[in-house]
Amino acid sequence: MTSAPAIRMAGVVKTFGAVVANRDASLEVQRGEIHALVGENGAGKSTLMRVLAGLYAPDGGVIEVNGRDVTGWKTTEAITAGVGMVHQHFMLVPTLTVAENVVLGTEPTKGLTIDLHRAVMEVESLCKKCGLHVDPRAKIADLSVGEAQRVEILKALYRGAKVLILDEPTAVLSPPEVQELWGVLRTLRADGGTVVLITHKLDEVIAVSDNITVMRAGATVSRFPTQGITPREIARAMVGRDVNLHLDAMGAVREGSAHSHESSGGVSAPALRITNLRVLSDRGTVAVNDLSFDIRPGEIVGIAGVEGNGQTELLEAIAGLRAVRGGHIQLGPHDFTALSVRERADRGLSHIPEDRHRRGLVLDYSIADNLILGRQHHFASRGGLDLDRIAANATEQVKRFDIRPPIADLPARALSGGNQQKIVIAREMGREFSVLLAAQPTRGVDVGAIEFIHEQLRAARDAGKGILLVSADLPEVLALSDRIAVMYGGRFVTVLPAAECTAELLGPYMTGAAA
Amino acid sequence: MSTTALKSTRVWEAVLPAVVALGLAAVLGDLLILSFGESPAAVWTLLVKGTWGNAYGIGQVLYKATTLTCTGLAFAMAGRAGLFNVGAEGQLAAGGFGAAVMGLLLPSALPAVLAIPLCVVSAMMVGAAVGALPGALRAKFGASEVIVTIMLNFIVLALLNWIVSAKLHLPETLRTPDIAAGNVPRLADTFAMFRGSAANFTLLFAVAAAVAGWWYLFRTRSGYELRAVGLQPEAAEYGGVKVPRVLFVSMAISGALAGLGGVNFVLGYKGYYEEGFAGGAGFLGIAVALVGRNHPFGILAAALLFATLSQGGLAVNAVVPKQLTDILTAAVILSVATAVPEVQQQIRAAAASVTASLARKSTQGVGA
Repeated sequence: MTSAPAIRMAGVVKTFGAVVANRDASLEVQRGEIHALVGENGAGKSTLMRVLAGLYAPDGGVIEVNGRDVTGWKTTEAITAGVGMVHQHFMLVPTLTVAENVVLGTEPTKGLTIDLHRAVMEVESLCKKCGLHVDPRAKIADLSVGEAQRVEILKALYRGAKVLILDEPTAVLSPPEVQELWGVLRTLRADGGTVVLITHKLDEVIAVSDNITVMRAGATVSRFPTQGITPREIARAMVGRDVNLHLDAMGAVREGSAHSHESSGGVSAPALRITNLRVLSDRGTVAVNDLSFDIRPGEIVGIAGVEGNGQTELLEAIAGLRAVRGGHIQLGPHDFTALSVRERADRGLSHIPEDRHRRGLVLDYSIADNLILGRQHHFASRGGLDLDRIAANATEQVKRFDIRPPIADLPARALSGGNQQKIVIAREMGREFSVLLAAQPTRGVDVGAIEFIHEQLRAARDAGKGILLVSADLPEVLALSDRIAVMYGGRFVTVLPAAECTAELLGPYMTGAAA
Repeated sequence: MSTTALKSTRVWEAVLPAVVALGLAAVLGDLLILSFGESPAAVWTLLVKGTWGNAYGIGQVLYKATTLTCTGLAFAMAGRAGLFNVGAEGQLAAGGFGAAVMGLLLPSALPAVLAIPLCVVSAMMVGAAVGALPGALRAKFGASEVIVTIMLNFIVLALLNWIVSAKLHLPETLRTPDIAAGNVPRLADTFAMFRGSAANFTLLFAVAAAVAGWWYLFRTRSGYELRAVGLQPEAAEYGGVKVPRVLFVSMAISGALAGLGGVNFVLGYKGYYEEGFAGGAGFLGIAVALVGRNHPFGILAAALLFATLSQGGLAVNAVVPKQLTDILTAAVILSVATAVPEVQQQIRAAAASVTASLARKSTQGVGA
């Protein structure tokens, strides 16, 4: 018997008002296959997968699952048919336990009550079967993001998913967690399961997928087997032109110009000086412990380290968003320690925050309104907001930073992740500044935009700005920084010139082993 | 797609739920009327004739809509900052009291151009003080403004009653003496056809407040910051906004707007302060703001709608019980609350007890 493909989507069209998310998108995935769906931000990958999972009804096209026409089905039907989706943003109830979340909606019952004991047992055995390690009794609120993601996968599998859709699953994971995830996906594949993986990271595509589908501007542009393909070829298919890849793969990190630039002597006054800084975490523990360092003008200092070692608190303290318990922050000639967020911004501090959905953008505000956030007082007079200047600023920045779609009235929410990040970059880098805090500047952003953002950071560095870069992506830190500090337990355990650094060298410091 | 097309789509999307809600309410109304053995067409005709069909009816609708505009704006101003102000009832009463006290204190010879603004400012200041208190508690200690405003309603209303009955009342009544200075002229003084209706020029203050509120929210820096706090407090903080300060200020403005509503009854209609004059208009303001999508101009329209239903109930009372329009009011509120995401968000943010008291109190209509 010639078995029908697990998924066949052809000619899918989906529009949202003015925005065409999918036009003539197609996808074919066989049973027992890990299939990577790649494309730039806004290429329509997530939309296509939401159509498959029944979250959106398509405006045109055909969708078949195991040979059955399911065009326009609902999520409940998709779940019944074994199609499960793990979203980029988790949909878990933080106050419930892992087991309770997994069985939510399909709870085993005993009389009128939920049989929690059985739920725990079932979840435990499911964990064992597919190699996902997580304590069923733990509360979601107490889990790391990696563990929370495993719960999302468990939830899909518990409902009998044979087709698992993962939307950028590794954006929030540490390298060992990524490896674990690949193990789980391979186990699923061995059991005849089908996986569709949306990702921006080309090394992941190469590492784990069997076949690749590339989307551009809402349409499927090519499809090829992973065997024998190079990241450069995938990137070209995604962007439609050659891309200067600084991050080819873990091994081939350093081409490009990152380290040709030697900071000129040590004589110039520091752009940013931190002395004996002490900052507490939300839980009241010491997050930044007696930390001192300088950033010179025209230098990128990269902080490497596993997330949760004080990087977030350090940047928030410098930005004025978190109370300082001791020490000093000095930007150029100004002592910043007691200044408000606005005063710091006015004195030349720019900040790309790590979480654009929470801090970096007001998602329901238009692109134009987001482009003045933090500088709203410069766009207002006694007569109120200067709408003409806000519009002119938006037109200029949208053009300069190639924000798409270029409709300044569109709410930021309507844009893809990469274009949302471009709004933040445009706002923080499209103005006068002397020091930039860049936290995860390319998280969840496609290769084309990553290249662009890296170019911006290098250009700012070459223009004499001091940049503090924090990224969970070690190759990015290696590619961009002039000096690299490894942060562990609230301290810098080592600070090295980037030219001397490799991933292998930094690894032991990051885990505290070489501290 | 052009900017104007985008905007008109957005306006249509904002208005659609209210239109559908009205349609649903109309169908429900038909069924109710039929269940009383009356003809829907006849009852609807009666309702329209009794409200928009003659100058007196129009005047009554405008009068009720004036108070509702103020309390609706009050709720929206807090709502846009992410706060759920259930205290408009107390703030409204306090505003009326503030207007009355100022009116009683001023010499009766004072010309109206001075006396009226003084009384209006007094009303807004007292309302603002009542609103600012929960605002301060929220900003300083994180106390839930929902709980505090609910409880404060009882305290404020009881306190006002005590002051009036102990110090200010006319013998054998629960009202103050007639106010000599600062009375707002009735519409009928200028347009004779409105004779007998309570409509007065406080109406203009309410419309001005709506326009000013719109300007403030959408055209000033403070308004930009206030809305950012309501949508994403952490992004606002990142944008250099002092969030606690905004919470405090928005509650004070909210109280001032509700307080302005007190002028309508005290200076515009009766000429004295009377216990219980608020009569649920503070609570109905929540529904007005929700149906008006927390937008000042939407609130003007929603206030007219709810005022029409309230007055219409009296018009059809001879044929069907006037509670018919209370049910329609509730139907409109419920359908909008079901359809509109930001309303669900706001309601989820408020305590369950609030929702319960809202459903009970807001359907009682505007007392007058």
